[in-house]
Amino acid sequence: MTVAPPKVLTTLDVNGAPVQVAFHPNKTLLEVLREDLGLTGTKHGCEMGHCGACCVLVDEQPVLSCLALAIEMTGHKIRTVEGLATNGHLHPIQQAFAECGAAQCGYCTPGFLMTGAALVEQHGGLSETEIREAIAGNLCRCTGYTKIIEAIQLAATRMERAASSGYSK
Amino acid sequence: MKEEELPQVSTATNPDGDARLPTPAHDASSVIRRAPQTPPDKPEGFHVVGKAMAKTDSFTRVTGQDKFADDIFLPNMLYGKMVRSTVPHAVLKRVDASAARALPGVVAVATGADILVRYGILPSSPDEMVMALDKVRYVGDPIACVVADDELTAEEAAELVDVEYEALPAIGTIDQALRDDLPQIHENPRRTNNIHKEAHLEFGDVEAGFAQADRIFEDEYFFEGNTHAPIEQHAVVAQYGGDGKLTIWCSTQTPHYLHRIACAVLGMPGSQVRIIAPPVGGGFGGKTEPFAHELAAAYLARKTGRPVKIALNRQEVFYAHRGRHPVRFKLKTGVKNDGTITAIHLQSWLDGGAYGSYGVATTYYTGALTTVTYKVPAYKFDGCRVFTNKPPCGPKRGHGTTQPRFALENQLDKIADALGLDAAEYRKQIAVDPYTSTVNGLRVTSCGLRECIDAACERTQYKTKRAAMRRGKGIGIAASAYLCGAGLPIYWNDMPQSGAMVKVDRGGGVTVFAGTSDCGQGSTHMLAAIVAETLGIDVMDVSVCFGDTDLTPVDLGSYSSRVTFMAGNAAREAAGKARALIAQAAAAKLGSAQERIGFAGRRVYDLDEPSHALTFIAAVQLAEAQFGTLATVGSYWAPKLAAGYKGSGVGPSPAYSYSVAVAEVDVDLETGAIQVEKITLAHDVGRCINADSVEGQIEGGVYMGLGEALMEEWPFRAGEHKIPNLLDYKTLTSLDAPPIEAIIIETDDREGPFGAKEAGQGPLNPVIPAIANAVADAIKARIHSTPITAEKILKALDASSGSTLRLKKMPASQPPPPVPA
Ligand code: FES
Ligand code: FES
Repeated sequence: MTVAPPKVLTTLDVNGAPVQVAFHPNKTLLEVLREDLGLTGTKHGCEMGHCGACCVLVDEQPVLSCLALAIEMTGHKIRTVEGLATNGHLHPIQQAFAECGAAQCGYCTPGFLMTGAALVEQHGGLSETEIREAIAGNLCRCTGYTKIIEAIQLAATRMERAASSGYSK
Repeated sequence: MKEEELPQVSTATNPDGDARLPTPAHDASSVIRRAPQTPPDKPEGFHVVGKAMAKTDSFTRVTGQDKFADDIFLPNMLYGKMVRSTVPHAVLKRVDASAARALPGVVAVATGADILVRYGILPSSPDEMVMALDKVRYVGDPIACVVADDELTAEEAAELVDVEYEALPAIGTIDQALRDDLPQIHENPRRTNNIHKEAHLEFGDVEAGFAQADRIFEDEYFFEGNTHAPIEQHAVVAQYGGDGKLTIWCSTQTPHYLHRIACAVLGMPGSQVRIIAPPVGGGFGGKTEPFAHELAAAYLARKTGRPVKIALNRQEVFYAHRGRHPVRFKLKTGVKNDGTITAIHLQSWLDGGAYGSYGVATTYYTGALTTVTYKVPAYKFDGCRVFTNKPPCGPKRGHGTTQPRFALENQLDKIADALGLDAAEYRKQIAVDPYTSTVNGLRVTSCGLRECIDAACERTQYKTKRAAMRRGKGIGIAASAYLCGAGLPIYWNDMPQSGAMVKVDRGGGVTVFAGTSDCGQGSTHMLAAIVAETLGIDVMDVSVCFGDTDLTPVDLGSYSSRVTFMAGNAAREAAGKARALIAQAAAAKLGSAQERIGFAGRRVYDLDEPSHALTFIAAVQLAEAQFGTLATVGSYWAPKLAAGYKGSGVGPSPAYSYSVAVAEVDVDLETGAIQVEKITLAHDVGRCINADSVEGQIEGGVYMGLGEALMEEWPFRAGEHKIPNLLDYKTLTSLDAPPIEAIIIETDDREGPFGAKEAGQGPLNPVIPAIANAVADAIKARIHSTPITAEKILKALDASSGSTLRLKKMPASQPPPPVPA
């Protein structure tokens, strides 16, 4: 019989603010976000690294939170879907997903948004192939990916336009 | 700034009402977004219906704010884990939960003996138990349920439940199930084999039909089983209140059916059980019946007095299944030399898995819609569903009609080839006509099949390409039809299939209450759009309260593509009654005739003199002052369409949608690899309520069809699912999905809400045979089973060329070069 190891008290940097949280050290980042921090925007479809629904950003890189131990996240910046909008304004990737109908049931959406946000924030001039490659680890059973790709393209275009007009995100 | 300098807001009622609403951060009117690729012709006057716009619930979806079932955490909640059979077929000798009970943190364990009720989604097959009592029938069959303070403890305790089996021979295939010398999965003294359901129907003079035929084609086909694989794994939270009321939040497409069955299984009156369907993270038919874990959670919540959550893991989702039945077909079609069909005889054998599920209906569905696409004067159907020791099969997008469509459209191309007819023109020649009826007594209303064929062919330049392509490249066409709601409910009753309530607030907001479940198909937006259109307001002025058996009128659920047609009509009726009240009050105020009152742009006005107007809010307040609280109801009953023979309840629908797919493929003749270059799909939706949603449904249906056509499989080894995970169960990723072009055809159905039909399921059906026909065009050989894999292509090429297996011709593999030191 295995007994859960005692909880540890740690500070995690989540969506731009430090948060103190106590959790069993065998818990994944996914579990701590959802169960201990109440950030249920991050979803799960397998907890085996197969579906991409649990994707969050760790130091701005997409990471499958079901495969990462929360205890290893100290000192790293975690960003979840709850941290995309700022001051009530949707992130361009959220706005584009809503407008394009890229979220049908919306269950895969947070994972795609995080992968997509990393992509459009870090790269300009994205081709369709680059987008398809970047999101190949995220499964969606509703959309056929068409509108997701359109949405990422739209967000990228808008962000480039905003950047070239001197306005940064 | 000082307080006194702040602008003053009066809360006294503005006599004109103030329709200048504050602009929300994401005002709906600013989010129209792209012209639809294929703008359908709009009649004048619609201001919401038919527009392409973001779904009203899109904005909460993209923020992660929506609570799906597994996002619900209640104080003091327990976590449950099902103990499942590890063998495919066995007598249960002993279930000993004492070690599990003794584990610290475990609060309760339930076993089969605790709930001695048999149930099933169809009243005709009540063959399931929440947990097995004396027999298990597939690997994954629930045996017990453990609840504990946390999930890990529950999992560990589940492992400690000691189960002793006495193995029985497992039935793994249709052939084995038909044998007389193997044990029965469900005892049935009237049979000696494992047949669950047989159906035999004959319409018109089939013998004469075949006698008149110039040519007769006979083929066999096999459609592989597959599963929905929604990204959301099924989850439930159940809470038993101090008031003795039970609330169940659950990922379900059919809250009403769950309500009925939960009451029956738990022995509680309907008034004490409340089902809430939060947004569902993908259903596709896989969440349309009560599951054991849902009922077990409810039972244990009542027993322990604490909330219970059970969230299935992905492996368990594969066990819960209710997916596409594998079906074997024999198809015999008689035709005249010009292609006119004289008779069809279709035989189907369905591998049903271990329980009945919707299987009786599925059996009939493999035969019912054969006649609604092409003229068939004589038709014979023999269907047979068997039990096997595999997870139960049920309804998946296209329910039972997807499999025969693969066979029918595949053979139709063969017939066209043999008779020297163009496959597209041939389909137009034999297409059913609108407002007719079929030989098996189905009423066809609006039908845009010919328009769909024309549009898809024109967009793809089908004829030019078909004539000119090199070997290896192919283009193929296929057509299909689907229901807009099953004509009958699954349990016999005379009550409406959908109800809706509309409440108009004096602040201008309108709430529509409907028992629908939103699984991503867009039912919430659809209801808002229909109400907004009727009342001349913005979709964002409408709130939708759905899927709550305490708050919302009954809707039978999100299955059989019924919601737009049925719930949409109910909502339209309710909104229409509210509109009449508001119009009456406004007419008196404006001194106009009530019939000349129009509603648009949040204004209520005189149609003959549009500047003579009230704001919507002012008109609402006048109506409320005159009539009292503004709340209206609407109901939808499907017309009585069943022809009266046994089995005639499956197939009738108030309308049928029509779809045509054109697939373009490139097949590598050396490796057999198929590249799908493009799918073009024209869909007769009646009228689209939201062009964006319709396009989305078409694209999603095409995608799902492609998975079934090319890769999805349901393989077993020694009775065990071989690949119950999302890595090995192959679905298309963004790298596999081809460009999809959706073409919306509108035929304005006379009975649909604003003329609408459906888009959720129909577009899947023609995709699979279109791929098969494109591959046949490319390799000049036909493949009669799904999925169409590289291996099957190579075998077909070899068979048609008479050569030996092509794989043998590949060069012997070279050892890799040594790794440099
Ligand atoms: S839940 Fe993490 S990849 Fe599926
Ligand atoms: S929107 Fe439903 S899984 Fe992607």
